[in-house]
Amino acid sequence: MLVRIPSPLHSYTKGVSEVEAEGRSVAQVLDELDRRYPGLRFRIIDEHDEIRPHIRIFVNADPAPSIAHRVGARDEIMIVCALSGG
Amino acid sequence: MSTASLTLLVGTRKGAFTLRSDASRRRWRLEGPQFLGSIINHVVQDPRNRKTMLMAAKTGHLGPTVYRSADAGRTWKEAKKPPAFAKGRGAGAKRSVNHVFWLTPGHASQKKVWFAGSIPDGLFRTRDAGDTWEPMNGFNEHPNRKNWRIEGPPGGVMTHSILIDPRDPRHMYVSLSAAGIFESKDGGANWGPLNRGIESDFMPGKELEYGHDPHCVALHPLHPDRMYHQNHCGIYRLDRPADRWTRIGRAMPRRIRDIGFPIVLHPRDPDTLWVFPMDGTTVWPRVSPDGKPAAYRSRDGGRSWERQDRGFPREQAWYTVRRQAFVADSRNPVGLYLGTTGGEIWSSRNEGGSWSCLAAHLPEVLSVSVAEAR
Repeated sequence: MLVRIPSPLHSYTKGVSEVEAEGRSVAQVLDELDRRYPGLRFRIIDEHDEIRPHIRIFVNADPAPSIAHRVGARDEIMIVCALSGG
Repeated sequence: MSTASLTLLVGTRKGAFTLRSDASRRRWRLEGPQFLGSIINHVVQDPRNRKTMLMAAKTGHLGPTVYRSADAGRTWKEAKKPPAFAKGRGAGAKRSVNHVFWLTPGHASQKKVWFAGSIPDGLFRTRDAGDTWEPMNGFNEHPNRKNWRIEGPPGGVMTHSILIDPRDPRHMYVSLSAAGIFESKDGGANWGPLNRGIESDFMPGKELEYGHDPHCVALHPLHPDRMYHQNHCGIYRLDRPADRWTRIGRAMPRRIRDIGFPIVLHPRDPDTLWVFPMDGTTVWPRVSPDGKPAAYRSRDGGRSWERQDRGFPREQAWYTVRRQAFVADSRNPVGLYLGTTGGEIWSSRNEGGSWSCLAAHLPEVLSVSVAEAR
């Protein structure tokens, strides 16, 4: 599936803003991304597997409530850096 | 006189900068930024291996991390396992690291050990020079933590002033803003409070065991029984093994008072120290009193203080200096360096006798540290 990567994470993906990844949940997709781009996951998911306060993860048009959220091969994931002030 | 240059490692709200001097410390060159846009809480050189540096960083959106340099700050690599609480365990079960706030190199005998303090309260250790970090659960999950009266400023409870006794790597201190000062004699497995004698006029009751707000605590490197600290409620000294702090800030001028964030010790003379007072009256403006910045020096262990403001603006300068942003070098005479919330770096080559501005127009300065030449 397509995963859209926000600009604050481009230092991990070498500037790439869209990547293909596989998995049956958001967690599995993020695990794959972290294998390919080490360190990326912890910047958006904390040590208790919670999505960090200023991060949103959309699956298609809907925000995923947690990383346990199921995804399919045709879904599109968008990682969003929510507004967090100056 | 030393012929080597010095480098100041400057952490700001919007990235990391360096200032490199010539041997005389008269001319400085500003370089950077690195990690533009990141909040850089602390950048510290390893005194045991001067090419190694660690940097505590995060951005407004992303979680916290630590970067490591093995080439004196030219290039940086992210830690494989940044500081994080133990997952699903004890009191730390739902605390997550928001900032890595403070970095301290370990004892001289433990070459690759460092310690990190977080926001919220948390203590972490690495044994591989910053690549992988482990939570120190003796502190993070302390059985008495519920009684520590932990209260945080709006940004969260800060873990700072991690101090290692140069005579004994097992003897450590750590401080929380706000809960108090803690001591361990067994390498961090067990901790007890060290807050006797500290006032806490913002809390009910007297002689509280916990609930204090130490802003910055220092231990003299050559006389490690001599400790000083700048608190939310005054300036204090302690001579171990005694465990009762004495408020030495009472000797400060009454109109200035003894409130501030940083405290800096002379590298050789345990009776000489500096503070940078701020306005802690009414709603706590946290700026230089009357808009007139000045350091204050004591050369008698806090019995008396002298104002050192030559070179600073005479009026209308409304900044202060954060707890990690005032440091001394080890030269003779001692050089002093401070970074302001207004984005300036100031230095003195004569132990505070006069000050000059090395850099202006930087983002808010969060930390300054001295790196010796390789």
